[in-house]
Amino acid sequence: MNAATSVGRTADAKLARRSRRRLPAAWRSPLAVIGLTIAAAWFLAAILAPWIAPHDPLAQDLPRLTPPGEAAVLGTDALGRDVLSRLLHGAGVTIPLAGMLVLCAMVLGTLIGAVGGYVGGWVDEILGRLTDLFMAFPTVILAMVIAASLGPSLFNAVLAGIIVTWPIYARVTRSLVLGLRSQNYVIASRMLGYSSWRSLGTDILPNIMGPVLVLASLEIGTAILLLTGLSFLGLGAQPPTPEWGSMISGAMQNIDAWWLGVFPGLAILTIVMAFNFVGDSLRDVLDPLSSAERQGAGAAAPAVSSDDSAADPVTTRVDGTDDQEATR
Amino acid sequence: MTSTNQAARNRTGSALPGYLLRRLGTSVILLVGVTLVTFILTAIVPGDPISAALGEGAIQNPATVEAYRERYGMDRSLPERYWLYLMTLLQGDLGTSIRTSRPVLEELSIALPATVEVAVAAVIVSLAVALVMGTIAAYRAGKLSDQIVRVLSLIGLSVPTFWLAIMTYRLFFMELGWAPGSGRLSPALNPPPRITGLYLVDFALDGDHVGFIDAAAHLVLPVLVLSLFTIGLLTRFIRTSVLEVLSSDYIRAAKAKGLPTRRVVLNYLLRGASLPILTMLGIAFGALLSGTVLVEAIFAWPGLGTYAYYAAINLDLPAVMGVGLVVGIIYVVINLTVDLLYGVLDPRVRLR
Amino acid sequence: MSAVLSIDDLGVELGPKHARRKVVRGVSLDLTAGKIQGLAGESGSGKTVTAMAVLGLLPQSAEATGSIRLGDTELIGLGQRALGKIRGMRVAMIFQDPSASLHPQITIGSQLTDHVRHHMKLKRKEARERAVELLTRVRVPDPEHALRRYPHQFSGGQRQRIAIAMALACDPEVLLADEPTTALDVTVQAGILHLLRDLVQERDLAVLLVTHDLGVMSSIADDVAVMRHGQIVESGTRQQMFTAPQHPYTRELLEAMPDAQESDVL
Repeated sequence: MNAATSVGRTADAKLARRSRRRLPAAWRSPLAVIGLTIAAAWFLAAILAPWIAPHDPLAQDLPRLTPPGEAAVLGTDALGRDVLSRLLHGAGVTIPLAGMLVLCAMVLGTLIGAVGGYVGGWVDEILGRLTDLFMAFPTVILAMVIAASLGPSLFNAVLAGIIVTWPIYARVTRSLVLGLRSQNYVIASRMLGYSSWRSLGTDILPNIMGPVLVLASLEIGTAILLLTGLSFLGLGAQPPTPEWGSMISGAMQNIDAWWLGVFPGLAILTIVMAFNFVGDSLRDVLDPLSSAERQGAGAAAPAVSSDDSAADPVTTRVDGTDDQEATR
Repeated sequence: MTSTNQAARNRTGSALPGYLLRRLGTSVILLVGVTLVTFILTAIVPGDPISAALGEGAIQNPATVEAYRERYGMDRSLPERYWLYLMTLLQGDLGTSIRTSRPVLEELSIALPATVEVAVAAVIVSLAVALVMGTIAAYRAGKLSDQIVRVLSLIGLSVPTFWLAIMTYRLFFMELGWAPGSGRLSPALNPPPRITGLYLVDFALDGDHVGFIDAAAHLVLPVLVLSLFTIGLLTRFIRTSVLEVLSSDYIRAAKAKGLPTRRVVLNYLLRGASLPILTMLGIAFGALLSGTVLVEAIFAWPGLGTYAYYAAINLDLPAVMGVGLVVGIIYVVINLTVDLLYGVLDPRVRLR
Repeated sequence: MSAVLSIDDLGVELGPKHARRKVVRGVSLDLTAGKIQGLAGESGSGKTVTAMAVLGLLPQSAEATGSIRLGDTELIGLGQRALGKIRGMRVAMIFQDPSASLHPQITIGSQLTDHVRHHMKLKRKEARERAVELLTRVRVPDPEHALRRYPHQFSGGQRQRIAIAMALACDPEVLLADEPTTALDVTVQAGILHLLRDLVQERDLAVLLVTHDLGVMSSIADDVAVMRHGQIVESGTRQQMFTAPQHPYTRELLEAMPDAQESDVL
């Protein structure tokens, strides 16, 4: 551990405190508004798909491989199914599953990270090594192996996703908890005789929720990319489920029918982008160093105005990339 | 202040061999862990590698199945099998692929360089683009150009790689014919004499211009597709790092000395930001390896990703274990390289 | 005596559009060759901003009004290219914390010579000789060897000596010193101040010494101005300021200063 890490820890605590105070500011960013609007549109599509989709997503009753036009707005696939309808229903498949994946990975990772950081000692050592171990695998390769061995299904793809993404939450949570553990009010509540587990629940978890939720919002995009990617490889959704990744995979067989691949891809792109916009705006609020507004004025020489408006040097990014200690 | 100085001075007598030994130790433990995780994930599962490997007919024949099970040690208990694997591994034997009946080591030694070539090229391209975009964004923080860079890099992070691969394949290969769309080399050409396994390097060493250009052309589309995500990742990070350095006193001091902006940026700014960027590069490389699985499949690139895919869907245990091991080794090597480069870039760091 | 650098009615506005603040108002100061002009005040009083305005190193969003004349050249509104010829060459600066103002990853030699080579078009070898000369002058031991070393291999006091050498490398007319001793151990401070005093006389430098430390001020400044809320509330010779302060704020500062009477060491 080097000096920078200890700076990072106190900064984590500041980060945690700031998170509760400044979250609403994120909603003022145009990026966040665009992101929320797109996400809301897809949510609506997912919920309303049964009513607004022009056709049954599974019915093979249209002329095959019709280009986009009057008959089918976004064309039909090789089995005569309506692409638009499958796209709308696909939202209801991917979005909830990605949400579930992120939620489970977040709970699992946060618990492991919090326990490790809070208890310390050999427990932390073992949990830390375990986290490292899972981070050594490239996510898609590991997820692919897991999904393949569990058997190809959407449920197993989600399970694989949880197994490969929890470590990032564990890392971030651990470093946040380490920062908070040394804080006075936690020490005080321990001295007052509250059990350490109670302190973990009442003092620590509420304080790290902000950064962890921001991380989660950024991870939804990753989860969608992972799930659709696995389905694309045939390791997730199985036919005839209207799922975007497998729709693109199907498009590979009819590469001349451009509409089969283009639209599901755009669907994935827009929903992931929406979550990334929102997550990034949230991160801005938590992490003043990446915030354009605060730094805009002082980029050239902020120290000049630092007399009373110094930004806290936050060493830990919410995306958890700081923790790579190259000099161990 | 004085005491840190003292400490720094004491550290200058660097004990590199000791450091490397310790790193080697932890690396071995990590690699054993990697094989264990891979083993558990692939061996304890409901999927049946035998039915995946043998045809319908063969499964009906108990003798064939039995012979098969015995050949791959599946008649033993799991701990026994794992122990056996480790023992053969110690002899440098990664086993035989169930799918192809060829030594896993041999197959990996062909697949790995293919992936390393495309991944390294993508890292170089991404770093170059991200350095420019990230530095501009930091310099113009809060301005329009910063916002544009931000949106672009977020979009880069949002594009599904496999979809982008198909789209570029369609557009640049099928429609426009600007770049070759599959494989590492045109069918008419022979691979270079194998020295490193990296075609570009081997062709260059061989002095074969035609081969070199053809191999480079085949890299264009995969690298383009793989780079987009990494560019997004690195740009965001470089912007933050540069912004942090921009507000440091030594940049103000460099400006106060009247050095031209170009020199301030190249000598002072980027050097100051180089350490966090280096760390991030290591992470980006890992992300790239993930991306290769999906991209290689589309561009018929005979690399680790393709190999891992076929190993996984066929539940080819020795092959999957081999992939896990190679991936773990890559991780260890990347981290070690990052650490050693830290020592080179930062005189304050002495590896212990 | 005529002023080398004269600041006249300087005003500086800072901050984003919706929260702009005027951090410096109507500041006027004359720097004379061979003299040290002190600028005192608490943090946030605008004294550092004033120094930065001279070098044109204010944040992009800042707006400076008034006039800062260096000889015949008006510095406010001067283009980057012209400013680049003045920075380091005619007006140099030393910063508060030498461990932050020296680049940790670049050798002392390179940091001492890069601007010399740029400004004075010297060859590498000539620049190195000059650097050795300078290091010898500021009394850094073993200068030849020091050029190959990195900032972290020196003590705080030595680092500030190196920073001073760096500032003086191109023989500037004006030296801006922003809290040059604040980050140093008390025992080292006196040595640095002594060195500064000597160099000023030796090279006929005009110095703007920015500090909140009235002890430092009373030991080497010839004239002193006191800033508060972006304005100069009082200015005069050191003698006047320390024996007969007029403004109540100056008196307040003096009273807060420990051993005000004895600190006149030099």
